[in-house]
Amino acid sequence: MPLSATDTIPQEPGALRRLARMLWADKFALAAALFVLLVVVLAVVGPMWLEGAATRQNLRGRNLPPFSLAQGWLGVLGADALGRPLLARIIVATRNTITIAAGAVLFSAVIGTMLGLVAGYMGRAAGQVILRLADVIMSFPSLLLAVIVLYILGPSVANLIVVLAITRIPVYLRTTRAEVMEVRERMFVQAARVMGASRWRIIFRHILPVVLPTLLTVATLDFAFVMLAESALSFLGIGIQPPEITWGLMVAQGRQYLQTAWWLSVWPGLAIILTTLSLNLLSGWLRIALDPTQRWRLEMKGRRNG
Amino acid sequence: MFGFIRQRAIASLISLLGLVVLVFFLSRLTGDPAALFLPIDATDEMRRQFREIHGLNDPLAVQFWHYLGDLARLDFGDSLRRARPAIEIVLEAFAWTFQLAVITMAIVTAAAIAVGALAAFRVGGLFDRIASVTSLVGASAPDFWIAILGIVLFSVTLGWLPTSGTGTPLHWILPIGVLFIRPFGLIVQVVRGSMITALSSAYVKTARAKGVRSGPIIFVHALRNAMLPVITVIGDQAAALLNGAVVVETIFGFPGIGKLMIDSILQRDFNVMLAAIMVTALAIFLMNLLIDLAYALLDPRIRH
Amino acid sequence: MAEHLLEVSGLSVDFHTAAGVVHAVRGVSFHVDRGETLAILGESGSGKSVSASAIMNLIDMPPGHIAGGSIRFDGRDLLRLTDDQRRQINGRRIAMIFQDPLSHLNPVYSVGWQIVETMTAHGVARDHARAEALRLVTRVGIPDPAGALRKYPHQFSGGQRQRLMIAMALAMKPDLLIADEPTTALDVTVQAEVLALLEELQAETGMAVLIITHDLGVVAEIADRVVVMNAGEVVETGETDAVYRNPSHPYTRKLIGAAPGKGEMHAPLSPTAPVLSVRDVVKSYGEFRALDGVGFDLMAGETLAVVGESGSGKSTLARMLLRLDEPDSGVAMWKGRNLFTLPPAELFALRRDLQMVFQDPTQSLNPRMTVFQLISEAWVIHPDILPRARWRERVAELLAQVGLRPEHAARYPHQFSGGQRQRIAIARALAMEPQLIVCDEAVSALDVSVQAQVIELLDRLRREMGIAFVFIAHDLPVVRDFADHVMVMRKGRVVEHGSVRQVFEAPREPYTRALLAAGLDPDPEVQARRREARLAAAL
Repeated sequence: MPLSATDTIPQEPGALRRLARMLWADKFALAAALFVLLVVVLAVVGPMWLEGAATRQNLRGRNLPPFSLAQGWLGVLGADALGRPLLARIIVATRNTITIAAGAVLFSAVIGTMLGLVAGYMGRAAGQVILRLADVIMSFPSLLLAVIVLYILGPSVANLIVVLAITRIPVYLRTTRAEVMEVRERMFVQAARVMGASRWRIIFRHILPVVLPTLLTVATLDFAFVMLAESALSFLGIGIQPPEITWGLMVAQGRQYLQTAWWLSVWPGLAIILTTLSLNLLSGWLRIALDPTQRWRLEMKGRRNG
Repeated sequence: MFGFIRQRAIASLISLLGLVVLVFFLSRLTGDPAALFLPIDATDEMRRQFREIHGLNDPLAVQFWHYLGDLARLDFGDSLRRARPAIEIVLEAFAWTFQLAVITMAIVTAAAIAVGALAAFRVGGLFDRIASVTSLVGASAPDFWIAILGIVLFSVTLGWLPTSGTGTPLHWILPIGVLFIRPFGLIVQVVRGSMITALSSAYVKTARAKGVRSGPIIFVHALRNAMLPVITVIGDQAAALLNGAVVVETIFGFPGIGKLMIDSILQRDFNVMLAAIMVTALAIFLMNLLIDLAYALLDPRIRH
Repeated sequence: MAEHLLEVSGLSVDFHTAAGVVHAVRGVSFHVDRGETLAILGESGSGKSVSASAIMNLIDMPPGHIAGGSIRFDGRDLLRLTDDQRRQINGRRIAMIFQDPLSHLNPVYSVGWQIVETMTAHGVARDHARAEALRLVTRVGIPDPAGALRKYPHQFSGGQRQRLMIAMALAMKPDLLIADEPTTALDVTVQAEVLALLEELQAETGMAVLIITHDLGVVAEIADRVVVMNAGEVVETGETDAVYRNPSHPYTRKLIGAAPGKGEMHAPLSPTAPVLSVRDVVKSYGEFRALDGVGFDLMAGETLAVVGESGSGKSTLARMLLRLDEPDSGVAMWKGRNLFTLPPAELFALRRDLQMVFQDPTQSLNPRMTVFQLISEAWVIHPDILPRARWRERVAELLAQVGLRPEHAARYPHQFSGGQRQRIAIARALAMEPQLIVCDEAVSALDVSVQAQVIELLDRLRREMGIAFVFIAHDLPVVRDFADHVMVMRKGRVVEHGSVRQVFEAPREPYTRALLAAGLDPDPEVQARRREARLAAAL
């Protein structure tokens, strides 16, 4: 009887190359990823690069309509009531918009995940307290919470991050807890217990890596949600205050000129929708790419196209 | 069933109490209403009197104790701004929001389920691709942006619809249309995902082996199973609407609960704010019970 | 030549997967005549289920794709019919039942509704269908048939659910019934009942049966002819008896040779002081008594098999011994200490002595760790076992010991086959240098040929290293060649406990005898004799 050990075992390409190949296979996701990359790059270099151009008033270019190169390439999307080129302003506003969303997602994801791990794996008492806390946050109309906190603390980038992070913690908490409750019953966790592994080792070495792909998918989706929430706050005049700008604030500022200069609100709004759309697309792609039972859809496609 | 409701009610009451405590103390930190309601040149004596009348001079803990005492008698206090019982003002506003939420969610639910189910039947087909793109764009759209573009297009340019207010049925079209977009996008995606799972399940295989037609397989066998996660999302979206669609209500001048909440904060009208929070919390609690009931109706395993 | 009822010729089915195109079925041909029973025998990945799915038009395309061949049923090539024409054959002319009836019945509709639907889908009037459903449910032996029709699948036991599936399949009096591993998830006694029911119904209706199975015993019990498949191809076809007596293909010979319960039984060890003494273990979950006064002794280097059907409490017992769950009362003395009352620090030290191998290696190995990480985790947790400098060398040793190669250490579990994964799990247990290994159904998820290899490995470890085993299984023949003592459990109690020879050759308790009788022997002649005895007893 031949030992099965002598059978060949397939070699697999590295994880990164695999992901790259799957991204290539889904052209929508690829475009979305490139767009998000562009936005992130602009968020990093934008203010340094175009701060001057974005704040320089130009009375001859007031409410300049778009699609004209009369004021240089920066004027291609038109200019606002003070003659500041919209393209430059949108690029400069990228940093605040992305910083707030990224900060809020990062904080809420880290805190929510930690609490979810504790609630899911530790005793029942701790879990119940944490869950009730999440209920309180969830039943709180999030805009209301934002308004109250921003009133007390004042509307700065950092405070916006704090407020938005608090309102999003329950999302990660619940997702993580539900996943942990399922994963902790799996055999390999039991096997680790039999070996005498400590709670922390089981949580961080065995459970967290399994839960992480789901959380990554949720976070990507949530990034889009938080961007929309920040835009809404800024639009209502409770979020970022001038002279700081975000895309949401730009839409609000353009509102009064809508009938004479539609482009003031339309372009920043388009920036928001394109970014959130990209994030949603990426999240959908991640969900498939990180799921071993769904992955074939992408890998098959890649082969056929390539 | 009764035990379950009671258990849920107790849990909700605890969260509600936490919420009231939080809002009561946080809102007092936002500033002194006397500064807002009295003229700039009001004397210190006038300020003192104003605060005396509204019980704002006592220590916060005492104020809170009085508030709870009144609450136990279902007295929510009066509005500082309008000399009326806060609960009256809140219930009027809530009635508007409630209608808006019910109509919107009814349309969203019907449309999203039909579109999502059909998209899932032929994954990758033309209808699926159109539905996927549409729902993605819908789920990504900032509602305030859609709202102002809608006003420019339908009210200002074409002159078909009124810009704000609540007078005629026409006034409802734009708010509902704007509120429809995001929940529709989200729910279509959930329905589609859930249906794909259900359609690849073992019991659908059995139905195919039995020779059941495609129609019943989608809408009878798979859909009912696929509805459980969908109902959760419908509940979340409905809760968000009941909490007040602040942005849309503000833009369209719609006198709903969301606008009332924001206004009451800006005006430090604490009693109205607290009453509004409690009314919406109660509504959301009742809605969650309905959701649980729907679960039990759909799935016998939960019933037993 | 007379037309066959079903004739599959040259069938090829491909699947697109992450690893490329897989030829799941390659040029497969077989036929089924009216009234006969054909078994397709094969292990996992042999393509036997895919062939059946192709007949029923159940292959998802994509990722599946029928690359060639024909499926002629009653004179027509099914592959050339439209979807609607095939729909009209499904359920009416050809019906199918599946392995796991719980997931194959729709959970949110009553079973009555589902049986009626089979008939209304083919144009039977609803009233008539209702009456017929009642008759069918009565016929397959469900108690309180009228009430049963209103119940939902989750309210029945596994065996009853399979009976209901059969009732549903027979609603339109099909010419052919395809049964895909219909008894695999069932207890042995229930399996025997379901197979007997199928045979009776076949005799009544004259339908043909195509049964798909991995179990030689099922073939011996029910099939007239057998088709043996391996790796997508038919390797042998013939009369069941002839194939068993004179297998022509090496694969068939290997399969028959691997059937458990044929080897030499262990002679009892000379008694020494027990290393583990378990007394009066009780565990309740609410009203349900999972364990009710269980006890046994185990010597060093001895294997105790714990055998029982579902609900017997055998797995609960394993969880108690490893303190994955706390008993309500009872003692388990290990080297003079009571396992059940050890404080955490001492329990931690004791983990080294007691290890466990789980049923399904796919689930018991963390998918995100390499083999090296999996095995060396023992030394991360217990650093005093081995200095870090020697880890690599020791992992290589352990892999060699379980029949794998050192270079496999860098791979991930999903790159291995089921049997290889179980070897990794065993190597992981050995890394702790344990004196007792509890195996919870450690071979039941594996193919028969692999089962034999893993058991051989465990027996060698026992001999060479003096490790004691508690070997938990639902199947008696599996433990016959391996156990020193056998303990039969039922409903949380020990029914019979004795040496392997005594339990197999002179069982004292009726339940043990029933278990042995319900087990299926791979030899068709033995099975035929048992069938006759059963019929005689029924009369």
